[in-house]
Amino acid sequence: MRIRISHTISYEYAEPARHIAQILRLTPRDHDGQHVMSWRIEPSIDGRLRASQDAHGNIVHTFYADGPISALGIKVDGLIETVDLAGVIRGGLERVPCDVYRRDTLLTAQDDALRAFTDEATAGAGTPLSQMHALMAAVHERMTCLDASGHTGVGAPAAFAAGEAIAQDIAHVFMACARHLGQPARYVSGYVARSDDLPLGSGAHAWAEVYLDGYGWIGFDSANGLCPIDTHVRVAVGLDFADAAPVRGSRQGGGGENLNVLVTAQEAGSRQVNQ
Amino acid sequence: MLSRTADSLYWVSRYVERAECLARILDATTRLTNLPSTYGGAGTEWQSAVLTAGCEDTFAQAYSEANERNVCDFLTFNPDNPSSIRNCLALARSNARAVRTALTSEMWDALNGAWLELQRFEKKRMDREEFARFLDWVKNVSLVFDGSAYRTMLRDDGYWFSRLGVYLERADNTARILDVKYHVLLPANEQIGGSLDYFQWTTVLREVSALTAYHWVYREAVKPVLIADLLILNRRMPRSLAACYENISRFLDSLGDAYGRQGAAQRQARRTLANLSNTRIENIFQHGLHEFIEDFITENNGLGNTIVEQYLQ
Amino acid sequence: MVAFDEMTGSGQELRPAYDALDRWLKEAPAETLALRRSQAELFFRRIGITFAVYGDEESTERLIPFDIIPRVLTKPEWTKLEAGLRQRVTALNMFLADVYGPKECLKAGIIPPDLVYRNACYQLEMVDFKVPHGVYCHIAGIDVVRVDADTFYVLEDNARTPSGVSYMMENREVMLRLFPELFAMHRVAPVDNYPDQLLATLRSVAPRSAPSDPTICLLTPGQYNSAFYEHSFLADKLGVELVEGSDLLVKDDVVYMRTTQGPKRVDVIYRRIDDDFIDPLVFRGDSVLGVPGIIGAYKAGNVTLANAVGTGVADDKAVYSYMPEIVKFFTGEEPILKNVPTFRCREPEANAYVLDNLEKLVVKEVNGSGGYGMLVGPHANKAQIETFRRKLKASPEGFIAQPTLALSTCPTFVASGVAPRHVDLRPYVLSGANGISCVPGGLTRVALKEGSLVVNSSQGGGTKDTWVLDA
Repeated sequence: MRIRISHTISYEYAEPARHIAQILRLTPRDHDGQHVMSWRIEPSIDGRLRASQDAHGNIVHTFYADGPISALGIKVDGLIETVDLAGVIRGGLERVPCDVYRRDTLLTAQDDALRAFTDEATAGAGTPLSQMHALMAAVHERMTCLDASGHTGVGAPAAFAAGEAIAQDIAHVFMACARHLGQPARYVSGYVARSDDLPLGSGAHAWAEVYLDGYGWIGFDSANGLCPIDTHVRVAVGLDFADAAPVRGSRQGGGGENLNVLVTAQEAGSRQVNQ
Repeated sequence: MLSRTADSLYWVSRYVERAECLARILDATTRLTNLPSTYGGAGTEWQSAVLTAGCEDTFAQAYSEANERNVCDFLTFNPDNPSSIRNCLALARSNARAVRTALTSEMWDALNGAWLELQRFEKKRMDREEFARFLDWVKNVSLVFDGSAYRTMLRDDGYWFSRLGVYLERADNTARILDVKYHVLLPANEQIGGSLDYFQWTTVLREVSALTAYHWVYREAVKPVLIADLLILNRRMPRSLAACYENISRFLDSLGDAYGRQGAAQRQARRTLANLSNTRIENIFQHGLHEFIEDFITENNGLGNTIVEQYLQ
Repeated sequence: MVAFDEMTGSGQELRPAYDALDRWLKEAPAETLALRRSQAELFFRRIGITFAVYGDEESTERLIPFDIIPRVLTKPEWTKLEAGLRQRVTALNMFLADVYGPKECLKAGIIPPDLVYRNACYQLEMVDFKVPHGVYCHIAGIDVVRVDADTFYVLEDNARTPSGVSYMMENREVMLRLFPELFAMHRVAPVDNYPDQLLATLRSVAPRSAPSDPTICLLTPGQYNSAFYEHSFLADKLGVELVEGSDLLVKDDVVYMRTTQGPKRVDVIYRRIDDDFIDPLVFRGDSVLGVPGIIGAYKAGNVTLANAVGTGVADDKAVYSYMPEIVKFFTGEEPILKNVPTFRCREPEANAYVLDNLEKLVVKEVNGSGGYGMLVGPHANKAQIETFRRKLKASPEGFIAQPTLALSTCPTFVASGVAPRHVDLRPYVLSGANGISCVPGGLTRVALKEGSLVVNSSQGGGTKDTWVLDA
């Protein structure tokens, strides 16, 4: 599928900011399942934008700008070609050993409830692969996915206890469970295009990947209840959301901030639909 | 020098100076209210002490009545008053601690010793005599700190920032005393005469330790217009607005020379100093003493902000 | 359990190093000692050498008790100890360069890879990054304990931001003031060149792009940190600026200090802020102590951080148990300093033994510090033991256990007079581009409670001056 992505992040500051520094993980890499045809990141103000690579191999842009800055917009436009490989990731860049992804983090901490849930959900499954599918189904069944606007992340234990969470925390819940079973699991941030196969809408999205011997990394989208198909665009991976976040920023001055995010991910050539 | 270090040096001095000023206000007010009632004022002396200290809003939140006990408590040890003597000394010490290495050990000893001693005073129940001793002690802390700075600090930017703190705060304090008491200095009151005004006037002088100086300078009975002259325009009087600005301008020039760069702070200070030099007290009374002082307080705060923007952030 | 006493050995003999001190102690009346102790305390309070105890609201600033009786080491004892420390720190640095680089020791099976990769202190940002001049752990504090005349054990390696060196220096300062006659009787090796050595170390590791006179600063979490006194003390002695996160600014991958004359470029940062808090753009996003962008500047090669990011993986208590093998693997030599025998609770057999013998063992939390997450079996009550039993069963990989060692004792002036108390020693080892240095002695910590083995200042420990006799 050929997918056109447009992602605009706009900040407005109550008072002009003196200095801004941001780390952007907004640029996908090629692997067997996706090929980046064109991609550009454009800040609305002058500054220095430097590309580098982080520990996980993600493409990272560091952006510095000096004030006074009263508003900042980051605009991402891209065109990408995807193929459905049933969630299996091949031909990507792997920089750190997969054991690293067995680490617990603050956002993917396990508690007794998560452990008991995992053990019950995977009791009947024989192979690690079938365990993961059983787990994805169970998490999908248990967790209601909330709209990302108006809700913030709380981490796996709290999200699980609440029974409803935004996609990033549903991924965290799944990862905590997978790590409890000893599987390396990582967080994926990306986009999904509109498709009849997906219960959730299109836009920015998050899911998880698990490393299974004999297969390598396989994606599991518990919020949608399926393995990623050609609707999914992988942008960045990490130990959790904080590690793979699309934008991390800091600024001096500026007072309060007003943030607006607009994402469209459409099959290229299809008719534009207003969101 | 780190901007934060300069900022802390500046505020250490401001807070010590403020604590001393509070002690003087309390001292002078106590004296005024101790007079027999025939000489006594309108009974608003304690309220006016709160006004002079510039914390009427926070006081009103804490107490309903401005009497001796409430005001003394509020201005000395009350932890809820950000500008109580206790909090001024605590803030001075905590700023000093953050830039410990930029102070000489004598300056640090003065503040740290004062902080330890303060906790002893705080635990005591004080009678009037003990309270007077406490106020003397506060003034002494400021003398020792200021003397240590004068005698032990290198004459470089650290010293200049610390002096700027002293003189900006001092100018503000003198101006506030005038702002609250300006009405007793107006010519209309002079007509009324009588002992009450005399003691109000001398209270103003005591608040800035200038009663003796007044007689040396003017060799005349205490007169409102001369009091105003002494506190505003007389450069020989170390707490006058003119003397403060003479120093502020000098230390800003030292900074400008050392850094090879002048800025808005230098220009503003020179302008204010020129105004104070080129005016006569009669003109000030003519145009309104009250307005003059209010304008000055605004300008002085403005210079404080400019210094922060130019050097301290 | 009879401990080795550094003055009297195992019995009534008097060890030669303590000859003169013993005579002096016998002659000095108890009142004199008490007077000197109160003078020492006054000295410490005046100079403001205090530390904060977390969770102690009553007094956020306290003095660490200082014991006026010095601990004495002979030159040969120190020489051997120093050789062991140099070897250990060399190995620590090589280990770090290896786990963030070629990973030979993992391939060779010296240490389970899992222990490194799953460790939160193994900073992924550092993988394949070449630190300036190849030095990771510029300042190390190696905690050693003594069990007999010839044997020192390493109890713990501190490879992140070890503290306490200011106490080493101030303890000597106060001793010189209060007991000049004792120094006349002994030839004590000086420690006051530590700041010079530290400065030389920091200068030597400046980035190659830095000017020949690099700008160095010390980064502190601020005055409410328990070691703030030390930070300001060291900055002063080094003659460098003491900065907080908000004093630094990163622009285009270069770090600057905010000064009254505008931004000034910084080349080397002696940072006393933990990895997690140093850069909110990379590590904990809620950190207000750090400097946004500093890791970007570090990785661009524009600034040196000392210690390097990610050294915590080397002093982790689980990794500690492999140190003898690590030393041998990297230096090709037998370890001079021993490790305390350690049960790795992650190994089921070991954990079973530990669970059966909790009342005899010291159990430590992996990644814990300050003695909080620790069980001293012989001194614990039933409830404490049961708490740890539950923890051990729930997550055995989170713990190690060690037999309680008979830490050596030193004569200490306590309420009842002069009595033996258990001590440890933290020497400070500096690694720069030009090699390793180590001032003679270090910080002796003493457990002031009779029989107690916990020397942490947060748990009622005190300190002593440490003398290495030069003849």
